[in-house]
Amino acid sequence: MIPLSLTVNGKKVSLEVEARTLLVDLIRSHLRLTGTHIGCDTSQCGACVVHLNGRSVKSCSVLAVACDGDEITTIEALAGLNGELHPMQQAFADCHGLQCGYCTPGMVMTAISIAKEREHLDPSELREELHGNLCRCTGYQNIVKAIVAGAEAMKQG
Amino acid sequence: MQDFEFHRAQTISEAVHLIAEDEGALLLAGGQTLLPTMKQGLATPSALVALRDLPELTAITARGDGRLEIGAMACHADVAASTIVRQRLPGLAALAGKIADRHVRNRGTLGGSIANCDPAADYPAALLALNAVIATNEREIAAGDFFIGLFTTALERQEIVTSVHFPTVARFAYGKFSNPASRYAIVGTAVAKTADEVRVAVTGAGADGVFRWTEAEARLSECFGPRAINGIEPDAAMLNSDIHASAEYRASLIRVMTARTIASILAAE
Ligand SMILES: Cc1cc2nc3c(=O)[nH]c(=O)nc-3n(C[C@H](O)[C@H](O)[C@H](O)COP(=O)(O)OP(=O)(O)OC[C@H]3O[C@@H](n4cnc5c(N)ncnc54)[C@H](O)[C@@H]3O)c2cc1C
Ligand code: FES
Ligand code: FES
Repeated sequence: MIPLSLTVNGKKVSLEVEARTLLVDLIRSHLRLTGTHIGCDTSQCGACVVHLNGRSVKSCSVLAVACDGDEITTIEALAGLNGELHPMQQAFADCHGLQCGYCTPGMVMTAISIAKEREHLDPSELREELHGNLCRCTGYQNIVKAIVAGAEAMKQG
Repeated sequence: MQDFEFHRAQTISEAVHLIAEDEGALLLAGGQTLLPTMKQGLATPSALVALRDLPELTAITARGDGRLEIGAMACHADVAASTIVRQRLPGLAALAGKIADRHVRNRGTLGGSIANCDPAADYPAALLALNAVIATNEREIAAGDFFIGLFTTALERQEIVTSVHFPTVARFAYGKFSNPASRYAIVGTAVAKTADEVRVAVTGAGADGVFRWTEAEARLSECFGPRAINGIEPDAAMLNSDIHASAEYRASLIRVMTARTIASILAAE
């Protein structure tokens, strides 16, 4: 077992894990934050996307022990204390950017990291940026719409 | 996934020592190739030696001799966004920005990509076309001697790639014909033109991995333009055939993609 300290959603966490523990398993099984999903476990689908030191990563392809001292943000950190949605979550709801919702946590975390990087979101560039995230339901149209609207709402603050 | 020991090396010599001590140990860079391989049981290391704590391996530096030096642990996203790379070798920044997807680019590294030497990886074509030099903890290796075959390089087991030195070449570009599902290159063509020569390197297509297309190089050295390679194609017998593309189709794509890459260099001038 390997001792590990990291910050998850603003809270310091110290625990011991096996070296082979994936970041996604640390988040879901050890910390019981089950908003982050496992879709494929083969680095294809992006359902497991979280922010690691502010950058989007597929948490099924990162070792927990490689994150000692790092900061992790998961989908659970987005909504306010009284449950009010983050502007990007609200935009997904308003634009019907989800159906079954399985891909949604990864999509929303990805969308926020894209929105933070770019002044302006061009829908065709956005489609390129979404290559690492698969959705089996929506056909992506409404996801793209939601991200454009959510990014705009984030700018308004 | 089978369990293993885990070390975060604090110096390069510590990493070398850890690898030397344990025959089953492997280096861990971004893990974007190694972890999926371990999940499938295709790699079962007894220990992983992480290179993540070595800041000297992530630097991107414009050197006095005009060369651009990129650390082995620089991730694809950092190479794509680097002001120095965008100024000195914009074609290389563009290549890095088209590897995989944004999440993999935040984690996967230059050193991991070339050490892994996937026959469809993008960087090897650029290194070969640019005549880059790979620096390790032991020596410097010319790209032409580094890439040996499918998943095979000149690296010794205890050797660590520390950085890659790229000559700054004014005319360089990379063209990628991606598999629409995996985004890996079905054919990728890198073209570099210096005062003395033109070099064309092809990834994704060679039965033995990345290779130089010398017939095109000779024609382009005479006359640099897309039409110079009209009517020639690499021999399909040396190309790879799979469910995505036949060798004959790849031969044709190599001509088309090389012509497009040259056109993109000329259009940028
Ligand atoms: C979904 C997906 C799509 C991808 N698409 C593309 C693509 O389009 N184009 C492309 O080129 N690649 C692609 N890749 C591969 C990606 O670029 C990987 O990041 C890269 O091949 C390996 O880099 P890494 O840092 O993750 O290495 P790791 O997985 O950590 O290591 C790979 C191998 O290299 C060895 N190694 C690592 N660093 C060093 C070093 N400094 N010295 C010596 N040996 C070392 C390791 O021991 C291991 O054997 C894709 C990967 C995924 C998961
Ligand atoms: S579960 Fe991580 S990419 Fe699919
Ligand atoms: S909403 Fe069902 S997978 Fe995207």
